[in-house]
Amino acid sequence: MRNVALVLHFCIPAFLHSCIDALCVMEPILIKHVREPNSFTLDFYVRHEGYAALKKALTQTPDSIVELVKASGLRGRGGAGFPTGMKWQFVDKKIEPRYIACNADESEPGTFKDHLLMERNPHLLIEGCAIGCYAIGAKVAYIYIRGEFFHVQRVLEAAIEEAYKAGFLGKNILGSGFDCDVYVHRGAGAYEAGEETALLESLEGKRAQPRNKPPFPAVVGLYGKPTAVNNVETLCNVPLIVARGAEWYAALGPEKNGGPKLYCVSGHVRRPGVYEASMNITLRELIDGHAGGVREGRTLKAVIPGGSSVPILMPDQLDTQASFDAIQKAGSLLGSAAIVVLDDTTCMVWLAQNLLHFYRHESCGKCTPCREGTDWLYKILRKIERGEGQMRDLDLLSSISTNIGGKTLCAFGDAAVTPVLTTLKHFRKEYEAHIKEGRCTLSAPWRAARAVEAHA
Amino acid sequence: MAYDATFHKSSRHLEDEGPAFAYTAENRARFDEIVKRYPPERRRSAVLPALYLVQAQQGYVTANGIRHVADVLGITRADVEDVVSYYTMFYTRPVGKFVLSVCRTLSCALNGAERVTEAICDHLKIAPGQTDPSGTFTLIEVECLGACDRAPVIMVNDAWQESQSPEDVRRLLDDLRARGEQALTGCHHVVETREP
Repeated sequence: MRNVALVLHFCIPAFLHSCIDALCVMEPILIKHVREPNSFTLDFYVRHEGYAALKKALTQTPDSIVELVKASGLRGRGGAGFPTGMKWQFVDKKIEPRYIACNADESEPGTFKDHLLMERNPHLLIEGCAIGCYAIGAKVAYIYIRGEFFHVQRVLEAAIEEAYKAGFLGKNILGSGFDCDVYVHRGAGAYEAGEETALLESLEGKRAQPRNKPPFPAVVGLYGKPTAVNNVETLCNVPLIVARGAEWYAALGPEKNGGPKLYCVSGHVRRPGVYEASMNITLRELIDGHAGGVREGRTLKAVIPGGSSVPILMPDQLDTQASFDAIQKAGSLLGSAAIVVLDDTTCMVWLAQNLLHFYRHESCGKCTPCREGTDWLYKILRKIERGEGQMRDLDLLSSISTNIGGKTLCAFGDAAVTPVLTTLKHFRKEYEAHIKEGRCTLSAPWRAARAVEAHA
Repeated sequence: MAYDATFHKSSRHLEDEGPAFAYTAENRARFDEIVKRYPPERRRSAVLPALYLVQAQQGYVTANGIRHVADVLGITRADVEDVVSYYTMFYTRPVGKFVLSVCRTLSCALNGAERVTEAICDHLKIAPGQTDPSGTFTLIEVECLGACDRAPVIMVNDAWQESQSPEDVRRLLDDLRARGEQALTGCHHVVETREP
């Protein structure tokens, strides 16, 4: 991990140093050791105070752990940013059994933080799962991992086996009388399985299609029982809170945006990667500082700050703080903190087409507006991108989008139309140029020389 | 699953009957182990791992494989077919020895995934969705694999190969033919070596 302080000194005016040192120069916590050999072993983890938080938690009451997490202000790292403590409090304590379902389906385009956590620091997640189970009174946690992460699953399963042998999982953990099992459940290629109720359906052995809400999973979840569905990074934050306290945790970031945060920076940058920082950091510090900025001779065109499902931010918005609240105020969402950087070689019509290809393929097919609408949007975008579009297609794109958004069971519909609406809003001229010129006027060096068409 | 312009979630297609199918003793033992993770009355939860075992045993999922899974789980064949037709990682047609899944989504595309696909197509003289005549390689384009910092990424069966260029991938194909899976470098390889 690069020296955070150095990067900040490099890119921030001197008069800001003192307050920044106090605010956001943060030693990495979650991914501090990921580059060290054997960081994924129990031995290594225990040597670095691993499982101390679980020991501490087991001496307290479950309710006090829920209160602690509430006080820390921990917000879900999967995309919605919902307070985790609240989610746990909503879990119906009158019904047995209860479950934790850890969402390790990480499929939002641009997101790869959970991948790193699970591959290089799996015991942190296992400890988080065990503490979570203790807090809500569950005896089983299922980690739902996407099918493509098979190599990660093997690391995770080996770590779970180690934890069982050492007595951190299984029956009567550390003599406390608390039982907890953690299992890995492998998905099989479905973006929609990352939606919490679709994840539960998939875990029950069905198609990953969302359920109607309410009832929420906290009341009627896995097998109809109360279930907390939490993202990997969220659960990884729990041991930190238990070990070091809610106040310490909250003070790491701005108000209501506490704790360490993992940012995934990818696209047209020199040093793509996972960077850990407090949410005081700005998009500029992440992109130009950590990730080294756009490549030689290129200029920044736009930034997607939270995965493909969120609106684009323009270069003049780079000084926005990369927190849930500040990004929302700037007109977008932090989502899964997947920052995709686009330079001036990016055709925005192509971008919308690329993402709609994704959404069209990943739509689960349950709700008609989404299933049919994404297909329709993709076909129109492809037509325009090839230079065969007409001006009236632009109104059609808007009209189809507004007939999908808000009219589906889950947030997929809104997510799918966002790339269309946001590119139309900021880059309408590019759409018009495609139609007037009858071709894409931007030749990107990273595209294929000819269209590679799939064979039926 | 053909993954092309004609693909749609509502598409119907019927699986090959295939030869008679039952788990080998080893796979049956693995299945019995896996099914214990779920409550006894919720055996259906094991449908994905059960199907992975079918695919591992015979290379792809056939109608007879589906019947067997339905039998061992105590659910209907339609229940299993419903699942097979939904998830993209189950092959319902024979595939090559190495399935090359090229990520085509945004971050990989921005870093040249199209050129990687093009290079594979030209090198093997096939189109996405096809298997080369020797039965060694099947090429498919897939959506975001979650390794956007090491773009473009491709999967070779269950293993990952990262930060690929057209030259890299041409060399990889020849290497895979010659040395099999030893040719693969694995996950986070490039990041590990790139960092000071």
